[in-house]
Amino acid sequence: MRTTQEDHDATNAYQSLADTVGHDDPRWAFGTGVEDVQAEITSPVPDGVDAADLARYCLMLGDDALICAQRLAEWVSNAPELEEEVALANTALDLLGQARVLLARAGHVEGSGTGTARDEDALAYLRAEPEFRNVALAELPDSLDFGRAIARLLVFSTWRLALLHRLLASRDPVLAAVAGKGVKELAYHRDYAARWTLRLGDGTPESHRRMQAAVDAVWPYVEELFRTSDVERRLVGAGVAVDPADVRAEVDGVLDEVLSRATLTRPTVPPAGTVGGRGGRQGAHTEHLGHVLAELQSLARQHPGASW
Amino acid sequence: MTEYTAEGGHGAVPTEGVPTGSGTTKGSWPLYEVFVRGKRGLNHVHVGSIHAADAEMALHNARDLYTRRNEGVSIWVVLASDITASSPAEKDPFFAPAGDKVYRHPTFYAIPEEVPHL
Amino acid sequence: MTATLDEQELQGRFEDVIAADQRIEPRDWMPEAYRRTLVRQIAQHAHSEIIGMQPEGNWILRAPSLRRKAILLAKVQDEAGHGMYLYAAAETLGVDRAELTDKLVTGKQKYSSIFNYPALSYADVGVIGWLVDGAAICNQVPLCRCSYGPYARAMIRICKEESFHQRQGYELLLAMVNGTDAQREMVQESTNRFWWPSLMMFGPPDADSPNTSQSMAWGIKRHTNDELRQRFVDMTVPQAEALGITLPDPGLAWNEERGHYDFSEPDWTELQAVISGSGPCNAQRIAHRKRAHDEGEWVREAAAAYARKQESRR
Repeated sequence: MRTTQEDHDATNAYQSLADTVGHDDPRWAFGTGVEDVQAEITSPVPDGVDAADLARYCLMLGDDALICAQRLAEWVSNAPELEEEVALANTALDLLGQARVLLARAGHVEGSGTGTARDEDALAYLRAEPEFRNVALAELPDSLDFGRAIARLLVFSTWRLALLHRLLASRDPVLAAVAGKGVKELAYHRDYAARWTLRLGDGTPESHRRMQAAVDAVWPYVEELFRTSDVERRLVGAGVAVDPADVRAEVDGVLDEVLSRATLTRPTVPPAGTVGGRGGRQGAHTEHLGHVLAELQSLARQHPGASW
Repeated sequence: MTEYTAEGGHGAVPTEGVPTGSGTTKGSWPLYEVFVRGKRGLNHVHVGSIHAADAEMALHNARDLYTRRNEGVSIWVVLASDITASSPAEKDPFFAPAGDKVYRHPTFYAIPEEVPHL
Repeated sequence: MTATLDEQELQGRFEDVIAADQRIEPRDWMPEAYRRTLVRQIAQHAHSEIIGMQPEGNWILRAPSLRRKAILLAKVQDEAGHGMYLYAAAETLGVDRAELTDKLVTGKQKYSSIFNYPALSYADVGVIGWLVDGAAICNQVPLCRCSYGPYARAMIRICKEESFHQRQGYELLLAMVNGTDAQREMVQESTNRFWWPSLMMFGPPDADSPNTSQSMAWGIKRHTNDELRQRFVDMTVPQAEALGITLPDPGLAWNEERGHYDFSEPDWTELQAVISGSGPCNAQRIAHRKRAHDEGEWVREAAAAYARKQESRR
């Protein structure tokens, strides 16, 4: 009767020490489901779909997730409370998981004609700023202002959830699979951001002031989310992509509801301008992206050809 | 010389001049106890506690902390201060009556080893 | 119900529970010194998890592949989780997490001195997993049988997760030693830096550890510092060999007679210096934690205010 549950578990922990070259449990770093999605990355490009367009579209959605995850990861060891450390990291991990699948798909599709497929890391670490296709909202700095993080996450997750809902029906099996997993994740992110918007907006006078300032700061970058690029326009016709203009009413409705319940005012600031009509989807970014990439890519670029 | 030891689990830390008093700091969130149903067919089991400003936030925080490796299908949270507990220090009158009813426990019944599935 | 038990009877019951190798639970009577020892130990353990997020967190944004980024992010997140499990265990002893955080940021309570060393290369992520988490596991696994129930249960959960941490570290090192020359050099250089601080994680030699006997009698501690250090060295040497790297101790040799590896004495004056605040990163680690906590105050207050409003609207 000396063998208690504790003894048993303690023994297991010792055993795992000896067994150093272990199988790694995919759930640990990636959550469930990512393996299933990865199996489909090599699916053929659907009939009648331009491979270059599909690759570009996967980059758009993948870069949105990657850059947003990188911004969220800045919060590690900086969150306002330990519970938020865990929540923000969960969100970052979800988006990073989506980014990995989408970049891998982009690399596969892009190389399918030429036989020069790039993997997820080649795309994340070896592209220059103008080759990134994310929207500006993803790259804005939070500067460790929790209100800013919440304002961006509220807008970003509301918009991305609306996109992924429609992508469930995409003719591209990878986009449909990412959407299938992503809608559950994004619904949670949106819920998290909305709850914090209420708490900050309707909390103390100080938090109200800061949350309103945060919403005001991200608002100029909302307009870009609904601007349809040529790539998207062509892929909508092929049944692969979503026209972002179509989700505007839904996103507006959700944001209005959350802001008003949070006693916040919907900003009336003008949208940020474009660079000769070009925005993030065309590779024209804010000055912030260069710094994000300098940090993200520095080590990988110091060791060309190394694998980790 | 300051005394120090590794008994804190993670590594060497001092053992002297370390205050351990109690009192409360204002503005902190209350404590909720967390119960998780690991899978269908099992009871909710107490897994620990969490801080949150309200019950809804406690549910979310509990989900993030205690089920991040997909350990649960359902979570209950309850304000720690709302729990009414028997005191183990008064254990005897509360629990002694059941202690002698060994027939309630499966090990009471000797079963020949060749009988399967028991 | 029962008549009030006098102190002596309570003490007797407490000792019976310890002697039977059973667990003391929060609402049990316990000697004040036992409670204080546990609060100090669990709090410092929790602080170590939270401060321990910083050196590795330093590399999340620069992780050299997306897979490594995900793994490191998940690992550092686990450390926040471990800190929370442990603070919760400490709170069952009648202290408040905010109060403990206060003691950490004002320097009244300490954390493991290993985190006062900097993480200077990506190999450090691997070596921290392999050596630091490895040493921590040696310290922690016996705590799964600690006499205080909430601490023991938190440790069971933590140890299961820590074994993933150690593996990810070792797996990263394997990939690096099988990579370029520069990567192999990074692994060796990092190991050279972390070897001695890792050995110091077990605390001073038994002869200089006067509290050990009381903690062992109370079932809070299960092995002496030197026993655990020896176990760690014995486990680690073959792992270093498998990586094809050396450990920076010329005195390291198998002793057939003892059935253990002999190794040199760590520099205890360095440990003493780091613990008393003169390590490379002491001030930085505390300032970082204090800033995050201070800057979060308006957020915590907002949530509390919102909850009160919701309550009154009901």
